[in-house]
Order: sequence, then structure tokens, then C-alpha cells
Amino acid sequence: MISYDFDYYQPATIEEAIELFHSLDAQGKNPIYFSGGTEVITLGRLNRILTDAVIDIKAIPECTVLKKEQKRLILGAGLSLTRIRESQLFPFLSKTIAEIADNTARNKITLGGNICANIIYRETVLPLLLTDSQVVIAGQTGIKERPLTKLFDKTLQLEKGEFLVQIITKQSKTKLPFLSVKKRRQWDNGYPLVTTAALKKNGRIKVAFSGLCAFPFYNPQMEESLNDFQLSKEERIEQTLRLIPSPVLDDVHGSAEYRLFVLKNTLSDVLDVFKGVDDLKKS
Amino acid sequence: MILRNHETTLQINGEILSFQARHTDTLLFVLREKLGLTGAKPGCLNGDCGACTIDVDGEPMKSCLMLAIEAANKKVTTVEGLKNAPIQKQFMERFAFQCGYCTPGFIMNCHSLIQKHPDATDIVIKEWLESNICRCTGYKEIEDAIKAALPYYKHV
Repeated sequence: MISYDFDYYQPATIEEAIELFHSLDAQGKNPIYFSGGTEVITLGRLNRILTDAVIDIKAIPECTVLKKEQKRLILGAGLSLTRIRESQLFPFLSKTIAEIADNTARNKITLGGNICANIIYRETVLPLLLTDSQVVIAGQTGIKERPLTKLFDKTLQLEKGEFLVQIITKQSKTKLPFLSVKKRRQWDNGYPLVTTAALKKNGRIKVAFSGLCAFPFYNPQMEESLNDFQLSKEERIEQTLRLIPSPVLDDVHGSAEYRLFVLKNTLSDVLDVFKGVDDLKKS
Repeated sequence: MILRNHETTLQINGEILSFQARHTDTLLFVLREKLGLTGAKPGCLNGDCGACTIDVDGEPMKSCLMLAIEAANKKVTTVEGLKNAPIQKQFMERFAFQCGYCTPGFIMNCHSLIQKHPDATDIVIKEWLESNICRCTGYKEIEDAIKAALPYYKHV
């Protein structure tokens, strides 16, 4: 039970949502946008999220779009992870989604909710970063479309009152060879030690990580290192590990040392699998 | 602090029910405390254990992760609404419960699974069962109950 009250609003248009946000903010209600709402409810119960008003975006048609248009795949931020996975329009994202939370929870967790959550893992971001996806953001000045890689720095960088409406990915990029590997301490569900997402394009391997540091990330320097073909496979991995941009997590799920051990082996697997992809192409 | 109630109307087990609830009330809380439908069990209250699972528009849902007001205009089914469904009978025949606390949540998840995947494979069954926790560890019998119930749903 949430021990405090908030008002629940369900606007039908983007404009209404934005107007509502600023009106509620002016009244000192500290409004927040609500998509799947799983985090608002669970952290609200612990008084770790406090607000007087939530604005549910799921009744806004643009937020529940799932369509292919002009060679682009458009995914609404209010779509449940289950809905996206079942569409099978973006296999890399579907594979990553299949490892998030559990089957029932994925009926409630949404794409936008996962990307904008407080939880540190936010694994749906990984394939979206690697496929150079665009984010559609609504705010007081209108709608803007920007590269996710430019707007994602530890979190999605939103201005006050803005919310994520859609993710757009070129269909050609949803078909590239990929790997999504979630390593846990034990069992088949739960939080990751390290989730590694990898994609191969034009002979280059791109990688992004979750669970390694306190935020999901894609790092161009690590990518450069992994693709430094003048070095041996082992040297490339060792060099890549030295470029991790932030302290490696050291917590109840696993020590930093163990995470690095797991990552090292996962990167070795990634290089082997993608070498296999090349061999298949040649044969 | 004064907590504010609002008139809320939901469709639950085929009935239209109106009641007073706060916007912050979870569906689990409303089912149990406002409507007397105590089949959905409070467990972790954090979306982890699945004891509170119900069916919303044909999908299993953890009712601790859903505000009651979000269920407006949706069809909610709780274990009380199943009324001797084949999966319930198979749970009894296969002894797919021990202490019974997690059982309604498992049954609702299994019911949704079979409705959605009447040809469910072992892989699909395993993935769906990962949403619920049984501290008595009766998973094998639960899996057996699902497999025994599948043919009944194929003929519905």
C-alpha cells in the first residue's frame, strides 16, 4: 500500500499531457509521468518516490504506436515489453527484453518506463544505442527527434516537463547480426552481473553494457579497442577492459573482480560468435 | 493526513463493481480490502513472487504492480472467477500445491498461459512459471498440472 495520496491523470493527447504537467507543477504538485508504473508503485510504497500527481501516458495514441513506416520501425514508449517482444519486428530488442524481469512483469513494464527508470539496469537501452535509434521527445516547445546516443548519458537527458514518446529505428539496423548475453549470479531470472549487447555492422563490432557500472552505457573507446585488429584477441579484450568508463559495481550480486572475470569471458564469446558470422558469410 | 477516495468502477469476474478507492490504491489492495476477493495473495508486494497474479484482458498481471484505476475499461478475472476451470481440477488431481499460499497466483498464471498458448511447449511453460515463486518448491507438480490441462483448453 502506498501510504500517501497522488492524483492520477490520463491525458488523451501529447499537448494535454504537457499542459497538465506544467499546470500541476505550478501548483507545487511535483508531477511525474507514468507509463507501466511498476517503479512508481514499488518505490512509492517505500516512500522513495514522492509525488502529488502522476500523468499516465498510455492513452496517448502516439505512445502506443507499433508500426513500420518509411523503412523505419516506430515503437511507442507506452508499449509493454511483451507487446514489443511478441511483434518480433526487432529481434535484437526482443532477445534483450526476454531477459528483463519475468514474463508476467513484462506485461506491465513498458519500453519508455524501462528506459527512464531509476533502476540501474535499463537493458532495453542497449540495443537501441547500438542501432543508432532516435528518440522522439515531447515538451513545451513541441516534438523533437534526436539520436539516442546524443541524449543518453547515464540516463535519458530530459528537460523538465518533457517525456519520451517514441523510439525510431531504421529497419535495416534491426536486421544486423547481434548477441545479447545476460549473465546472472545464479538461476534464470533476476538482476544481471553483466548484460552484454553486441552488434556487427560493416565488419565492426559494437558493444554496450548493463550491470557492469551504475548505469547502462555504450563507449566508443571500448568499441575502438575491441576492433583493433592489429592486436590478438586476448590483447583486444584486456585493452577493452581497461577502458571501462566508471567504477565496476561491487555488490551483493557479485564483486567487481568477478564481474570483470565474467565480462572478459563474455567478450571472448562475442568475438568468437561474430568471427563465426564472418565465416558463414564467406562460405 | 486525509486520504482521498474516489468513485471507481471496474469489471471483475464479469460483474460491474463500483467502490470508493484512492488513486494510489493498488488493484491487489482493492480486490482484497474493498471487494472481499481474497484469492489474490499479498506476498512480496514488489512484483517478484507472483502470489497476487490475476488476469487482465487475457494477460497475467501482478496486481501489486497495478493501480486499481488503471484497470478501468479492462476485463479483470481473479481466481474466484474461474469456477472449476480445468487447470484448477488438475492442480487438485496432481497435488500441485503444498501450503497453498502461492496457488491462486500460479493458477491464474497457468490459466492465462493455456488460454494464450494452448500448444505451449516445455520452453514456454518454463518461462511463464518463472514469474511465480513457490516456497514449498512444488514446481514439478505444477508443470504436470499444466500439461494435463492443455488438452481441455484445446477443445474449448
